[in-house]
Amino acid sequence: MAKNDVKLIGAWPSPFVLRARIALNVKSVEYEFLQETMEPKSELLLKSNPVHKKIPVLLHNDKPICESLIIVEYIDEAWASGPSILPSDPYERAIARFWAAYTDEKWFPAMKGILGAQNDEARMAAVGQVTEGLVLLEEAFQKISKGKSFFGGDHIGYLDIAFGGFLAWIRVTEGMGGIKLLNETNTPGLLKWAEKFAADPAVKDVLPETQKLAEFSKIIIAKLRAAAAAKAK
Amino acid sequence: MVEEVVVLGFWSSMFAMRPRVALTEKGVEYEYREEDLPNKTSLLLEMNPIHKKVPVLIHNGKPVCESANIVQYIDEAWKDKGPTLLPSDPYQRGQARFWVDYIDKKLYEAGKNIRSTKGEEQEAAKKVFLEILKLLEGELGDKTYFGGQSFGFLDINLVTFYCWFLTYETIGNFSIEAECPKLIAWFNRCTQKESVSKTLPDPKKVYEFCLFLQKYYGVA
Repeated sequence: MAKNDVKLIGAWPSPFVLRARIALNVKSVEYEFLQETMEPKSELLLKSNPVHKKIPVLLHNDKPICESLIIVEYIDEAWASGPSILPSDPYERAIARFWAAYTDEKWFPAMKGILGAQNDEARMAAVGQVTEGLVLLEEAFQKISKGKSFFGGDHIGYLDIAFGGFLAWIRVTEGMGGIKLLNETNTPGLLKWAEKFAADPAVKDVLPETQKLAEFSKIIIAKLRAAAAAKAK
Repeated sequence: MVEEVVVLGFWSSMFAMRPRVALTEKGVEYEYREEDLPNKTSLLLEMNPIHKKVPVLIHNGKPVCESANIVQYIDEAWKDKGPTLLPSDPYQRGQARFWVDYIDKKLYEAGKNIRSTKGEEQEAAKKVFLEILKLLEGELGDKTYFGGQSFGFLDINLVTFYCWFLTYETIGNFSIEAECPKLIAWFNRCTQKESVSKTLPDPKKVYEFCLFLQKYYGVA
């Protein structure tokens, strides 16, 4: 297939875009990565995702698919002959989808809370929330992985990709605050998982470098803090 | 093996109705247990410790949570029984999931804002609500159902909001049908289906319940 059959509109710092890139790598799909500057958003992005106007957007033969987790499932189904991303058992699939949604709806907003915190008190509160979430994810990891390296078993799967998308941001947040979000006490399993995930062939070349992301994060943090300050007024 | 299928729900929750419509479509027998939400059962808290919400599907003792997730599970766990709920084409599946995600992110909030505000705020809320419905109406186009010829995943996840429309219209003093006639026609088609008519409560009861909540608890 010609390389330009598959395009991904995205930006390198985004954890959501990263999910799509890892999934495409798992399936060994060649694609064109169209980097958005985001300000202003490109015509193509606005046309391909008129509802949310967000990245990532996967364009497969010019047909757009939006929302990162939906894109990952689409990649799994459209390239069915490659390694499976979702488990085959219906119950395991439901559990994977549940926890992936949890990371987006509950856990990630708490992470943003750390970055956007106005002061130490707010930051500590946010760290507490994130830690509680990580303890739940650790429990889930122990149950789901059944002693294997990944949520997906021997190979990375849907939930590894969903949660793993945030790994570089976890590292940046740890560096910033001098805290260890993934640690031996609370999350021994996830601590080991993180190393293996980062080293996975589908991940290592696309995972943002922590230092580079830390530099970039200063812009995001300024925005999050401004938004939090405006909300507090 | 005798299957045990239990749904924990609440009669007026459009989310809790979704798995019930799906199970009925599939022809799967289940036991429905009504939760008293101010006094959640220990079963609910045990089966959904993270969110503590309805609906929960308990299949042979194992819980599945989050309504749209449950509907997908029902389609996959009983894939050889009854109609297929998700389209077979990956792109169509992606589209159906996208719109259900959109409904989940936007529609409930929009409806809630109509019934809990007044004056200018309410006018703004109505505008947002109708924009969402118009977008969905555009997605429906001239199809019989969102799933094409067959009633499917997107249809099931949207239709359960219908029993709340009388409430929004009465409190908001507007007609949804006037703005979205094709969508209302689709809703009416869906209520002809047994799975929908048996599951959705009387809209008048939903409206009375909403008034009751507002009067006694000051909540919407």
